[in-house]
Amino acid sequence: MTTAIAISGVDKIFPTPNGTVVALKDIQLEIESGQFVCLLGPSGCGKSTLLNAVAGFSLPDRGLITVNGKPVTQPGPDRGMVFQEYALFPWMTVAQNVGFGLEIKGTPAANIRTQVSALLKLLKLSEFGERYPRELSGGMRQRVAIARILALDSPILLMDEPFGALDALTRRSLQDELLRIWSELGKTVLFVTHSIEESIFLADRIVVMTYRPGTIKRDIRVDLPRPRDSAAPEFNQLKRELSELVLSEQALHEAAERLALTTD
Amino acid sequence: MMGWFQRFKGVLLILVVLSLWEAIVMLGWVNAKILPPPHAVAIKWWEYLTPQQPYDPESGNRMDWLLSGELIQDAMGSLYRVLAGFVIGTVLAIPLGLMMGASPPAYQLCNPLLQILRPIPPIAYIPLAILWFGLGNPPAIFLIVIGAFFPVLMNTIAGVRAVDGIFLRAARNLGASQATIFMRVILPASTPYILTGMRIGIGTAFIVVIVAEMIAVNNGLGFRILEAREYFWSDKIIAGMLSIGLIGLAIDQAMSLLNNHLLRWHRGLEH
Repeated sequence: MTTAIAISGVDKIFPTPNGTVVALKDIQLEIESGQFVCLLGPSGCGKSTLLNAVAGFSLPDRGLITVNGKPVTQPGPDRGMVFQEYALFPWMTVAQNVGFGLEIKGTPAANIRTQVSALLKLLKLSEFGERYPRELSGGMRQRVAIARILALDSPILLMDEPFGALDALTRRSLQDELLRIWSELGKTVLFVTHSIEESIFLADRIVVMTYRPGTIKRDIRVDLPRPRDSAAPEFNQLKRELSELVLSEQALHEAAERLALTTD
Repeated sequence: MMGWFQRFKGVLLILVVLSLWEAIVMLGWVNAKILPPPHAVAIKWWEYLTPQQPYDPESGNRMDWLLSGELIQDAMGSLYRVLAGFVIGTVLAIPLGLMMGASPPAYQLCNPLLQILRPIPPIAYIPLAILWFGLGNPPAIFLIVIGAFFPVLMNTIAGVRAVDGIFLRAARNLGASQATIFMRVILPASTPYILTGMRIGIGTAFIVVIVAEMIAVNNGLGFRILEAREYFWSDKIIAGMLSIGLIGLAIDQAMSLLNNHLLRWHRGLEH
């Protein structure tokens, strides 16, 4: 197995009016190509910060991130990002959104058309190509965002709480969809979530992060066979274990929030 | 019955106002020289609209004759000035606004000067416009350029600054160059603001043209109502004012159609 993402000695510090916040402290993480990794933790634990650093949106203050051996210096289509807010361009139709990355690459229009229609089919969006994003539900929009990223054919997918704003049933069906695509296309996935259940359902490996400074608390392999059954005893055993890890960090997060409010 | 009333109640109000107006003049409550009754205005309007000479097949084609009425010639003169000034003002304002919105150094450089110039009403430029350009279309168009420029500029700047950062991140993630981001993301994302600015700008242009015509030129709707005052033709003044109102409404409707067409993706659609 080759290493897709290597993160070593990464620090990230944010200045705030009340002093600096150490969002990430000495993060070491290696992700093998083809692996599905979830970053799990409460709000403010730096999991999105780490994802944004890998995406190249906000580079670390110290340390090195390499993707397929190359240091990350800026965002790029080799690391497709799916945002919680979908971030579809509302002035483009679904098909134009999905084809935009190909258009940027300079792909001929005829090839764009065939690739876009294949992707729309893969994500069960074929009838919606000419619609505008505002006409679609949240789940549909996120399918479009996933298709837009798959069009780049990037080996790595970065997902920032992509299903966080969806209702439970829609989330569940998109999780199934994502696993199907992942196993079909063999992508490396780095997936940020604060849902324990979601991480167990999806991941090969769950990285639990601590609340400020953001460090790696535990790195757990999930060997349960797929498709995973959330009612199985092994699933629940793992869920209990993760709950303890995450809830103690959540308590720190809440205490810090209370403190910030009372000292205001 | 109720549905009929609901649909036409706006028209009904207009008819009521016209009847009251007619009545107070007929009853002698106001001097008809000062406020002529609506039927007199309508007659004058028709005279103003229709050709002054009878049709002569020798002298030209029928279309030219039909359009030779004074009102039509005035309206075309005014519209020409409005459109010329509006197009120049918009073409100057949009690129400058995009640049100032996207680049903080450009904003810091240009903003103080523009903030000083912006509150000066276009009308205040009249003496200078006449000094610089003399009489005729050039000073009038200059004033309209000023009137249209600032609303479009300010709204374009605001539009670029309001572009959600997530669109920029998504575009960079897809590998878009700065030029692509500008043309395919920043420009369309700020279109709702730019169009709002254009709608305000053409409204201002229409106000300014009437004033400019009262001073700098000898045709156009603004000139005509001032001329009518000198002859004490109140009916023609009112006919001219109503024409200004209707043309203004038509311009605004046209802008609204353009708006709906360009923003068919936008959630704030009116229909």
